[in-house]
Amino acid sequence: MKWEIKEGLKYARTHEWAGFEGDLVTVGITDYAQDMLKDVVYVELPEIGQEAQVGESLAVLESVKAVSDLYAPVDGEVVEVNEALLDQPELVNEDPYGEAWVVRIRIDAGYENPELLGEDDYAALVKEEADR
Amino acid sequence: MEYGGWLMPVQYEGIVSEVHRTRRKVALFDTSHMGEFLVEGPAAADFLQGYLTNDTAKLYDGRIIYSPVCYPHGGTVDDILVYRYGPESYLLVVNAANAAKDWAWFSEGVKGGVSLNDLSDETALLALQGPNSEAVLSGLTRTPLEQLRYYHFLPEVELAGIRCMVSRTGYTGEKGFEIFCDPDKAGRLWDELMEAGRNFDLTPAGLGARDVLRLEASLPLYGHELSEEISPLEAGLFPFVSFKKGPFTGREALVEQKKEGLRRRLGGLVLLDRGVIREGYRIFDGEQEIGVVSSGTFSPTLNKSIGMAFLLPESAKPGEEVQVIIRNKPHRAQIVKTPFYRRESQ
Repeated sequence: MKWEIKEGLKYARTHEWAGFEGDLVTVGITDYAQDMLKDVVYVELPEIGQEAQVGESLAVLESVKAVSDLYAPVDGEVVEVNEALLDQPELVNEDPYGEAWVVRIRIDAGYENPELLGEDDYAALVKEEADR
Repeated sequence: MEYGGWLMPVQYEGIVSEVHRTRRKVALFDTSHMGEFLVEGPAAADFLQGYLTNDTAKLYDGRIIYSPVCYPHGGTVDDILVYRYGPESYLLVVNAANAAKDWAWFSEGVKGGVSLNDLSDETALLALQGPNSEAVLSGLTRTPLEQLRYYHFLPEVELAGIRCMVSRTGYTGEKGFEIFCDPDKAGRLWDELMEAGRNFDLTPAGLGARDVLRLEASLPLYGHELSEEISPLEAGLFPFVSFKKGPFTGREALVEQKKEGLRRRLGGLVLLDRGVIREGYRIFDGEQEIGVVSSGTFSPTLNKSIGMAFLLPESAKPGEEVQVIIRNKPHRAQIVKTPFYRRESQ
């Protein structure tokens, strides 16, 4: 596959990744998503303290031609946003799983979203979409 | 992506780099979707004079003009290019999305002494745009191109042995050419141009880059800055509407608009805050709503977001700060003179 799918992360069907560490979940968009968007030129971030709800738009990523929402993959509260993306939106294309994380969300103890995919299921989804 | 029944590439290596390459080097676009109509006959010139808002008296053999075509109520049917082969022979290059509508519209007016032929299916069109375009094209022909001036064309040029028509036109605001040929030869011509462009940093470019380039150069796009509801005057196309030439379809309505004062005027916007201006965003001056965005994008050349907008005429003053509403939040923008981008050294 042409796109990187990182081990140890969970994936949403809307192409966000979620990295779980205790009660903190780091969220960004996947390599496949950044490649579909191409040249990201603007990222709109949520406010700290904002409530995150699964499936609701949390951030907006814009390429030259397209406006794309980042949907929350978990319920919780936004506790950190990656302000580096305001000045360097191109990081989303360069390092989607690393420097271009978008938000950190604090979840309640024991929270789980059973809809999220593991890397194999996500790889199958990407393959299916790419072949379409 | 499908556009007007054509499968078209939106981007190759990415819109940003395709735009930079067009501005700095050279890019090749497939614009074969455009429609081409041949108008011939002793009454061809009069026929066109009655349809176009621009004055066909400006034409001579080898010369091209740009012109809107209007409905009687002043709205726009299409905006087209007119190539004059001879006093009784003209080629119209029309927008793909409007080709069927244009055909019906022009056919209505055909009478004795005029014949109209649709050559769209027999015509491929490539656009070679950018500062290196002349060097690339010159590598494929013995015909000297340096004397070919802007908005002029050569009806017969051999490029790599393929018979073509070459015009110095384009939709990018950059130096460049448009090349017409037989669709059966277009694939080979594309390959020959790509090969000839190797030493000149030629890239293929798609519709996405083309739209950004035309917006940077403030060239109108039908469906955005022009439509059945928008007159050429509202779109600021005054140099292409000739009231002096005599009657043409839409003249009375346009005279009336000019006399009464325009309801709205096209202006340029540059976003001062972060974000990207998009079509349909509303524009406010404090509490007052003053207009709506017709086209917006991020401009790679200017490294900021730009847009064109229909504004209340009294508000369309360059230098004024206004607010564009993006996802329910006002963002600061400035009204500016257009074009946003003008290439140096004409």
